[in-house]
Amino acid sequence: MSTHTLSVLVENKPGVLAHVAGLFSRRAFNITSLAVGPTEDDRVSRMTIVVDGQSTPVEQVTKQLEKLVRVLKVTELQSDAAVERELALVKVSAEPALRSQVLEVASVYHAEIVDMSPTTLVLEATGSPAKLDSLLAMLEPFRVRELVRTGRVGLARGAGSMTDSGLSAVPASQAS
Amino acid sequence: MQLTGAQALVRSLEHQGVDVVFGLPGGAILPAYDPLLSSSLRHILVRHEQGAGHAAEGYAWATGRVGVCIATSGPGATNLVTALADAYMDSVPMVAITGQVPSALIGTDAFQEADITGITLPVTKHNELVTDAERIPAAIAEAFHVASTGRPGPVLVDIPKDILQAPMSWGDWPPALQLPGYQLPGPPDPRQMRAAAELLHKARRPVLYVGGGVIKANAHAELRQLAELARAPVTTTLMARGAFPDAHPLALGMPGMHGCYTAVAALQEADLVVALGARFDDRVTGRLADFAPNAKIVHADIDPAEIGKNRTPDVPITGDVRAAIAGITASLAELVSDGGAPDTAGWTAAVDQWKRQFPLRYTQDADGPLKPQHVIERLSALTGGDAIVVSGVGQHQMHAAQHYSFTKPRTWINSGGLGTMGFAVPAAMGAQVGRPGELVVAIDGDGCFQMTAQELATCAIEKLPIKVLIMNNGFLGMVRQWQELFYDERYSYVELGTAIPDYVKLAEAYGCVGLRCDRADDVDAVLDKALAVTDVPTVVDFRVHDREGVFPMVPAGRPNDEIVLGPEFSADEQQAATRREVFGS
Repeated sequence: MSTHTLSVLVENKPGVLAHVAGLFSRRAFNITSLAVGPTEDDRVSRMTIVVDGQSTPVEQVTKQLEKLVRVLKVTELQSDAAVERELALVKVSAEPALRSQVLEVASVYHAEIVDMSPTTLVLEATGSPAKLDSLLAMLEPFRVRELVRTGRVGLARGAGSMTDSGLSAVPASQAS
Repeated sequence: MQLTGAQALVRSLEHQGVDVVFGLPGGAILPAYDPLLSSSLRHILVRHEQGAGHAAEGYAWATGRVGVCIATSGPGATNLVTALADAYMDSVPMVAITGQVPSALIGTDAFQEADITGITLPVTKHNELVTDAERIPAAIAEAFHVASTGRPGPVLVDIPKDILQAPMSWGDWPPALQLPGYQLPGPPDPRQMRAAAELLHKARRPVLYVGGGVIKANAHAELRQLAELARAPVTTTLMARGAFPDAHPLALGMPGMHGCYTAVAALQEADLVVALGARFDDRVTGRLADFAPNAKIVHADIDPAEIGKNRTPDVPITGDVRAAIAGITASLAELVSDGGAPDTAGWTAAVDQWKRQFPLRYTQDADGPLKPQHVIERLSALTGGDAIVVSGVGQHQMHAAQHYSFTKPRTWINSGGLGTMGFAVPAAMGAQVGRPGELVVAIDGDGCFQMTAQELATCAIEKLPIKVLIMNNGFLGMVRQWQELFYDERYSYVELGTAIPDYVKLAEAYGCVGLRCDRADDVDAVLDKALAVTDVPTVVDFRVHDREGVFPMVPAGRPNDEIVLGPEFSADEQQAATRREVFGS
């Protein structure tokens, strides 16, 4: 599946997430993942939205997002010019007899063990979505009991800052 | 200066230059109604909030200014939703102000609570729940700015009751706008305008495809210059009727599903389509893949998201369409002075031949049933095409768009995108408020009329002398037509009956003049009588033929080349229309 990663700066105001999510559902665009959180500037939040390029016209998505009044800036992250990461927490069965094999898999993928019970382990893994997919495939035979993934987040490589240009128009009086 | 939030709201509207608001009070908005009483604003008390919404739209269509409506929380606000959705689809500048339950009660399922910003999120250009009385002036100024600039649209401002009652300090007007994410397109790109001019100069079969944006941008004069210089025929969509005079030799009439044959055929055979403030709507293109298959496309629009949404243009022009048309015209003028006028003589001759061969056609027998097209043509003749015509949605709307001969912009007001039945009466009310000295005529269907007829009371009390011409065929006519054509004449629940209500008595009960007409010979006399009333509204019950359809017609989802001329044309004529031969193609 070919995906596109959009980095979207939005004003940190009530209802903005609903506005963005609503746009996707209204226009029948498909979201593969959406991650949102604060930035270095508390007036602004950053969303990383991954869309499926086959079913969703990316240019149209970008233009429609730019029309939303609370959206400051939309940039498509190019995979060769951006770092993209995702975090997963995996609770996997690890009976004492099999535990060492699970630990071996975790070590190969540089996953940390963040919780343990007599019969389970919780792994924390970070990396590209492909790496996490691969880890999960390796853990599947041991039985994955619970799984949570953050969705992809990304930043463009190099010295440029999207926040600087996106924020140029935000009046200082809005700083809280 | 210390004010309450409510006083700040009313003062902001006054500073914004608002002269009239349409509304209906209730609990949560009550604090705002108190300062309203002593303000310079005219408040028109509607009978249903939907009427306030459509009236604000009609006002905006007729004047080009932002229409304003006010309602209370909960059901008051939800009753505005249809009008907001309508304004969003048709890019109508409108500001809706709603009361909300007090801040502390939000989220508790309080009495008359509705999450109106959530509900209207997909049908507004922008909305805001105001959480601080100090923000009211900026929220109002921003709402008007967003509603009226760029591609216009509706904005809703929701204000909780306690925020209306809270003290605030009034500062300078205008307040600073805090809209960092709202960017308007710059001037159109001169290179693209030059490229468009070059295509127009070379084109042998050009068509100017004109949408509602041309009216909103007040670009009708520039459009006429361009058309005459390019010698290019002009088709005006349902949203653009009046942008180009129908009597002009280059006018093709309306395109699309119920467009004139000539307009539909010209787009199909064109080698160049110049789309100006239009959006390649499915009702215009028919099956998109088969629309104007041989044409290069120039697309000028102020909304970047419209360009390439449905059809990828060869020359995209983003920006104000008036500036775009003027720029194209200036470049074309240079090309013409160097290389002569565009050679479209063969094309315009072919187009004129289609106009003669395949006109809009209906038959009005002297003693036969009254045809709605006849009523509209007589209205057009008696008013010289100068009335402000408002319509609902359905057969009467299509007949009006086809048969009224428009002479100027902002004289055709209808619900295009959303297709809102019941639009006509309240929108006509708003248009009459905005243009008090002028003749406003609503052409309505009997189905539509009954959805919002209560606003006749408002019109009568406010002395708004709108004319409402009901094309009463006793059916939901357009639905009936589709059941006739596509559902084997199985008429499932579409018959309303012509007799209930008695529209003449209903009109009189509302303090209006009520008239009735069922014979072709009487149409002029009845219209004369209606047009002579100047103090109260007039309702005319035209009993029209219940089996009259709207033609031509392109069946939904079919290619435009499958246009059906209808029962007034012979099989040979239909064949000639389908197998047309075109100059130079």
